[in-house]
This record gives sequence, structure tokens and C-alpha cells, in this order.
Amino acid sequence: MTSGALRKGPLKPVGELLNYSRKYSLWMFQWGLACCAIEMGAALAGPRYDVMRLGVIPFPASPRQADLIVISGTVTDKMAPAIKRLYEQMPDPKYVISMGSCANCGGPYWDSYSVTKGVDQIIPVDVYVPGCPPRPEAFIQGIVLLQERIQNEDPADRWAGKHWEPIVVPASA
Amino acid sequence: MICVVSGGSRPGGDGALEELDQLEENDLTEFYRQYLTVAVFVGAALVMVGAMLGIGALLRPTRPQPEKYITYESGSDPFGQFGQQNVRYYLYALLFVIFDVETVFLFPWAIDADHVSQGGLGWLGFIEIAIFTLILIVGLAYLWRKGLLKWA
Repeated sequence: MTSGALRKGPLKPVGELLNYSRKYSLWMFQWGLACCAIEMGAALAGPRYDVMRLGVIPFPASPRQADLIVISGTVTDKMAPAIKRLYEQMPDPKYVISMGSCANCGGPYWDSYSVTKGVDQIIPVDVYVPGCPPRPEAFIQGIVLLQERIQNEDPADRWAGKHWEPIVVPASA
Repeated sequence: MICVVSGGSRPGGDGALEELDQLEENDLTEFYRQYLTVAVFVGAALVMVGAMLGIGALLRPTRPQPEKYITYESGSDPFGQFGQQNVRYYLYALLFVIFDVETVFLFPWAIDADHVSQGGLGWLGFIEIAIFTLILIVGLAYLWRKGLLKWA
């Protein structure tokens, strides 16, 4: 499929439908690595936030079924290869949300001997959610912004593995 | 309905035979017509699955990367070869066959064991079931030797 074929011309409705379907059926691979996972859990399963109403299904049985990987918590150098490997095992198109200061840049452990200073050193991040930890609202805003991007992107470009400038959720969220 | 030739009187003459052939043909057609439903279902299933897989193949991205084909091991590198694992519960399966499945055959035999005069199984049945039981007793002896009959 060539770039732009699904964004204009006769196939445009197909592209729109494809994006719409992908946007509301994000299977999410969870990486709850530290305290951010508690906030993520509140956003996923708590009745107050309930991310499933946005079509995010957080229980794929393996990375091979996942569209979205959420790194929430401290990435250590020991864990990093596993994260990289499992990201690689996800089928394309795939998205990454980095949740919390640790996953974004190392956070309070910026000087640690064992912490990876940001998960973007090993996998390409689509959305950064700042906070220590971010509130569930911030995480959900990250999801919504990602869904906007999915709706507006050219599937063919994403199929080809192109990556865009990452989204940063405003810190006031 | 499977063609059933009526057992009634069959008057001679070619006309009657033709009539009979016609009847059989009609019945056969009806028989196959019922199977037509199955054929329609099979056809619909093939078309639907084919369409879904075909559209998916047209639209989905294909980016073969070596990492995607590695066995899923929660992020670790898989090691060793796949091999037959140790089956621990075969002894219990054997016990089950001996004491449970055996009765499935023993009870029907026992009901009909001594009705020799009425065309029952008689001695032949007894010998057969004895051979069957003997084979199972060999299994039981094996389990006994393995010490499985002890409560420990």
C-alpha cells in the first residue's frame, strides 16, 4: 500500500474506517514497573476512570495481540532488554506510552547506577505522560491524544514503520 | 428420506417399473435436497472466512522482523529445544483405565453372560472378557510393583 492511498481519493473512507476501528480497539500491554502502576490500575479498572470506555482493552494474553504498550514506572537496566524484546514482538502498527517521570527520563533516579534514564532510549515513544506519579486523568488524556493521532494518521505511513514527533501531555492535566 | 422400496405387490409390466424408478428418483432428490442446506452453510462459511482473511491480507501491515518470530518467553531469550516433558500422571491414568473403563465393558458383558440358550455370549464371551481383564491385571501388577497401591 502506497503512502497517502488511504488518506485521499476513493479509498479515503476505508482509511477513515480503519483508523476509527483501530482508535477504539487499542489492546494495551501493561508494564506496571513501579508506583505509577497503581495510578495506571486506577485508570484501567477503577469505576471512576474506567479506561475501557475508550475502547482500551488492557488484557492481551501476549505482546502478539497488543497494539499499545504502556511503560509505567522505573525502567531498570536489567529490565530494559525484556521491554525491548517484547516491544519488538508486538505486531505493527504499535504505539508506546511512557507514563511517569521514571519512564520519561529516569525521574528521581536520574543519578542511579541501575536505572535506564528514559524508556525512549530503547523503544520509540509516542506519548509522554509527565508526573510523579501522573494522575489517572493525565494517563487518560494521553490515551485520548494518542487516539486523536491514530484517527488523523496515514495508515500506510504507520504500516511502513514511520514515527512522528512524540506527544507530550501538558503537565497541568 | 432414504429411498424405501415398498414391500407391496409389484404388478408386472414396464410401466409399473418405470413408476417405481420415478419414485426412487424423487425420494433421492429429496434426500439430497436436505443435504443442500449443509452445502449452503459450508459455502457461506468459506466465502465469509475467505473474504475476512482476504480483506485483512490486503489492509494489514506486513513487517517481518526476526524478533517477532522468536518464541514468546516473557522477554527472555528462549533456550533449549522443545522436547517431550515428563508425564507425571500417567500412573493415575492407568489406574483410571483399569478400574473405571474396565467396568464400562464388564457390566454389559455381565448382564448377558449366562443367556447361552437365548443366543447370549456364553463361554466365548467369558473367554474374551477374561483375556481383556488379564491384560488389565498385568497393568495392575505393574502399578502394584511401582508401589502405587500403598497409601503413603
